[in-house]
Amino acid sequence: MLTLSNLTKTFSKGTAHSHKALDGLNLKVNDGDFITVVGSNGAGKSTMFNAICGDFFLDRGHIKLGDKDITYLPGHKRSRVIGRLFQDPLRGTAANMTIEENLALAYTSGRIGPFHFPLNKKNRDLFRERLSSFGMGLEDRMTVKVGTLSGGQRQALALLMTTIVVPDVLLLDEHTAALDPVSAETVMRLTNDIVRENKLTTLMITHNLESALHVGNRTIMMDSGKIILDIAGKEREGMTQEDIMQHYKNANIMLADRMLLTR
Amino acid sequence: MTLFIGSLQLGLIYGFLAIGIYISFRIMNIPDLTAEGSFTFGLVISAVATEAGHPLLGIVFAILAGLVAGWVTGALNVYLRIPAILAGILTMSGLYSVNLLAMGSKANLTLIGKETIFQLAAPIFGGSMNTAKTLVNLILVAAFIVLFYLFFKTRIGLSIRATGDNEHMVRASSININTTKLLALAISNGVIALSGGILAQYQQFADISSGVGMLVVGLASVIIGEAFLGQKSILRGLFAAVLGSIIYRLLIALAYQTNIFPTAAFRLLSAVIVTIALAIPTIKQLYDMQRAKKENQSHADTF
Repeated sequence: MLTLSNLTKTFSKGTAHSHKALDGLNLKVNDGDFITVVGSNGAGKSTMFNAICGDFFLDRGHIKLGDKDITYLPGHKRSRVIGRLFQDPLRGTAANMTIEENLALAYTSGRIGPFHFPLNKKNRDLFRERLSSFGMGLEDRMTVKVGTLSGGQRQALALLMTTIVVPDVLLLDEHTAALDPVSAETVMRLTNDIVRENKLTTLMITHNLESALHVGNRTIMMDSGKIILDIAGKEREGMTQEDIMQHYKNANIMLADRMLLTR
Repeated sequence: MTLFIGSLQLGLIYGFLAIGIYISFRIMNIPDLTAEGSFTFGLVISAVATEAGHPLLGIVFAILAGLVAGWVTGALNVYLRIPAILAGILTMSGLYSVNLLAMGSKANLTLIGKETIFQLAAPIFGGSMNTAKTLVNLILVAAFIVLFYLFFKTRIGLSIRATGDNEHMVRASSININTTKLLALAISNGVIALSGGILAQYQQFADISSGVGMLVVGLASVIIGEAFLGQKSILRGLFAAVLGSIIYRLLIALAYQTNIFPTAAFRLLSAVIVTIALAIPTIKQLYDMQRAKKENQSHADTF
């Protein structure tokens, strides 16, 4: 279980640009939860992810993963248990390295010493098998540099890299938003498969209200660094996109242009 | 023939420099000016040790000196957040004093009559100094290419490559980006200092200003080599660096002998070679754009 208690963070404190990004945010994420996160731009969704990943330290509040307080654990140590995917498909992979080298780095994280060779036949076979399950033909191009792949292929590879060692928590930050509709659908399908198969505890930021309500088992809405709506089960099933829109408006939020476009 | 052999020997020695620059510039994507200081640092340390009668230790200490120099630049960069280029300049400047002090505040040091690693190795190669000078360098370069080829296949080696390639990705992974940067800069400068260390004993002479322009010389070597071997893989890149270095020395020797232009002009020529090589993608883009424009204008499309 991931517990976020009273997360508070102000950026550029004491200057004219002072900005309270997280304002006493509380959230309990149960094991196996697949939560979709909505909210207007600047609501603090990505900032919450950054806090969970340890990109910065909080002013106030605590982050617990299971029984362990990880509030001050450095980011690179958290990443063994927290997987993360970004909107930009170029961010999750190294362009000048081959597919198998990228996967090898991800797969051997924390398993082998620094001077061991991460690429052997056993690992290659595993990569080939996992890639072929994607049905993208990447399994035949394992020695190709990642820079030659399309955005959708790179994001699918990044997805495999973050989940090839199953993390305790998976954070998806609009990970299909930059892809064309067909690629977006493929990556979303692969995401669903992987999450279901591994019963992954997942948080997914999205501006697509349709997937916000139909993907996963729980939806939260954020505004001004807080959670203003947290629905699951029957209540969520009864919720329509219009209802969610009403919540945005009630929260006195200027609607993001993107939101209108993806409706 | 002597011209060729001499260039080969020098090219191999400066090949270490080129390998070091390849690691910092191509793999880590950092134009690391520490090189100018660490090259001289290795040269000076090696010369001082050789003068004291310890040529082999001189080489070992030269490498260690370079590792430390690179580590300092890395530490300035990752712990104190000083931009990499400035961090390199700071270390380079500081090293000037260190080098001067190491030589007892003299600007140069001669090793004529002192025993060098080449004299130590000559008996193994049939007593010929010249053969020893070629083969010792050849064997050392080959050993380091194999070493680095294997190193960049290990987990830490791949992590270093990923850091140079996509820092965002590495930041979001379990790799400690501080470690990879420190290590890469240390290794790069370690091998650059080795270059200086061997050169000191080869030319039996050390001069405080030997490092001036070494970054550009190293870059020119890498770029010349890549023109022949491309930059498809790490192994090719390493070979290209050494090959480029040999060609570079051969060009200097030829220029010197034929008096086509003064050898003093070589730094300028190196700078021009590097500038052209780095500008080629932009020039090509502009050219393609102009051509497309002309091509388009020649059609009178009407609607």
